[in-house]
Amino acid sequence: MTAFLQFVIDWLSLGSAYALMALGLVIVYGILRLVNFAYGELIMVTGYTLFLLKGSPMPWLVMAVIAVCMAIFTGILTDYVAFRPVREKSVTAVLITSFAFSTLLQNAALLFISPRPRNVPLPDIFSETVVFLGLFVPVRNLLTIGLALTLFAVFALLMKRTIFGIAMRAAATHFTMARMLGVPANLIISAAFAVSGLLAGVVAVVWIGRIGAVVPGIGLEPLLIAFIATVVGGMRSLQGAVLGGFILAFIDMGLNFTLPQDLLKFRDAFTFSAVILILLWRPEGLIKGPSSGRRV
Amino acid sequence: MFEQKNLVTFAFLVIPVLALVGVSEFAGDRLLERIATNFCIMLVLVLGLQVFMGNSGILSFAHIGFMGVGAYTSGVLSMPLRMKSMALPSLYPILQDVQLSPYLTILIGGLVAASVAAAVAYPLMRLSDAAAVITSFALLVVLHTIMVGWSAVTNGPRTFFGVPKVTDMPLAAGFAIAVIAIALLFKESRTGLLLRAVRDDEAAAESTGAHVSMLRWRAFVLGALLAGLGGALWGHFITSFSPKAFYLKETFVVLGMLVIGGPMSVSGAVVGTIVVTIAFEGLRHVEGAINIAQVFPRPIVGLTEVTLAVGMILLLIFRPGGIFATAEIGTLLLRHRRGRDPTEEDI
Repeated sequence: MTAFLQFVIDWLSLGSAYALMALGLVIVYGILRLVNFAYGELIMVTGYTLFLLKGSPMPWLVMAVIAVCMAIFTGILTDYVAFRPVREKSVTAVLITSFAFSTLLQNAALLFISPRPRNVPLPDIFSETVVFLGLFVPVRNLLTIGLALTLFAVFALLMKRTIFGIAMRAAATHFTMARMLGVPANLIISAAFAVSGLLAGVVAVVWIGRIGAVVPGIGLEPLLIAFIATVVGGMRSLQGAVLGGFILAFIDMGLNFTLPQDLLKFRDAFTFSAVILILLWRPEGLIKGPSSGRRV
Repeated sequence: MFEQKNLVTFAFLVIPVLALVGVSEFAGDRLLERIATNFCIMLVLVLGLQVFMGNSGILSFAHIGFMGVGAYTSGVLSMPLRMKSMALPSLYPILQDVQLSPYLTILIGGLVAASVAAAVAYPLMRLSDAAAVITSFALLVVLHTIMVGWSAVTNGPRTFFGVPKVTDMPLAAGFAIAVIAIALLFKESRTGLLLRAVRDDEAAAESTGAHVSMLRWRAFVLGALLAGLGGALWGHFITSFSPKAFYLKETFVVLGMLVIGGPMSVSGAVVGTIVVTIAFEGLRHVEGAINIAQVFPRPIVGLTEVTLAVGMILLLIFRPGGIFATAEIGTLLLRHRRGRDPTEEDI
């Protein structure tokens, strides 16, 4: 029973992080039908901002807020540098510019900071554990779950109740039509990138809290996770992305438990083969999003 | 297929390769020879990507994975027996006593890469746009994970060493020239023409009877064959490498060369490789000079990638088709000589 509870709590915490990552990727994909390859670098930017703020007299929470703001800023910057100028031209062009922007940010970190891992400041609470229902649970796991639930609630409210959210969903359903009805296209797209940056920034804080250090290549794993989760859940549906995150966390942890040791190193090969199979079986993912509309 | 414009294109694309061979042979400079050999290998890889991406219009990330397949296959099969027991102690018994001529194994490397591509790629060819790109990305990750994990054959994440050095300047140049011809022939072939029609308008081409998946699959397999050959050549040039060499960084360089030159034309692939190679060598020189002069407290890394990334983004904004956007160099030259307006049929 305790083993089961332990599994559930670990799963919920990992799944929350995965779901947040996936949500940040799919919010942009939903509107533009374009994958942002520079998404992982938002997490890197957050980490390096925390690192650069190390030693400043500010309380940690302020540093974290500044770091998340940097991620939002970088998200909007991605739109201006890699997406807006080539958006009208071709899918391939945008995918390449976002890939190039990702490489640019990574190598800028290599060039200006260091290729070696850099420690980030973390409050003590990240390394504490509490006894919960007879289990030792790291506080940061509970924190991840709490943060994710809060963000999901706020996000759902934002998308359902506010004009901004309705405009965004309208744009995701049928971009051209929404535009004709007066939704300002560029503003909505930039806003989507900002929300994407916010989610990436928050998840970066807890993700780096697990690792404790930041390297230029830190964004690759979250990007891959977000990829798989959105593909599994549904490329166009926000609920699908969250569901995908939890499913992926379940598969990952399940494989960790069940795969024999010498096959465990091929875990990523198994999960990515599963992605390919799911895309072939259901190119839209498990949960279908609004059906219609050409790419912007 | 053997029209005047294609022959002129071929001639003009082969000239820089031959010039490079001539100069480096004549000058006898080791560094220049290395750069020239590397250039020819990159040309094989970039043209391999062009065969698929240029004709089908679909971005593929998996290409560099097939380069890795070729490099490891050729390395394992051609490694001297004494070296093998040391470099790959847990190799399968059936492969332990195999030592083939490296010239043969380079070809086998290409064929194995092509067979892997042929076996896995067909169902993926139904997908277009973002779904196609994500699956090819997933395929790259799968191939990379296998290279990292299959210690018995690849020595795992550690360096794979003991590959005999056979790739020299003439061999690489020979392959480069042959691959230029193959890429041009494929582009002008029936499959290439139909595939380009699918690229320009999928629905229209399909309605006139083009078998989309089949056409893309052929280009993908040919691209993988060339990538495998390029990888094998590279392996026999570098002689020791690890799976890291066949991942996103290399993908970025090859993609950058193709995109800057222009993915839609063979001329673009060749010119892009030339331009980026020259820029890279120049920047490496600058980087080295800065590091030797110790302008900064620690050695700088990543300058070349940053520059390539900025160059790619600017180019895609201002000239999205690359340097040679649609027409091959031969077409452009002939058109210029006749002094008439460009017409659609030339393109």
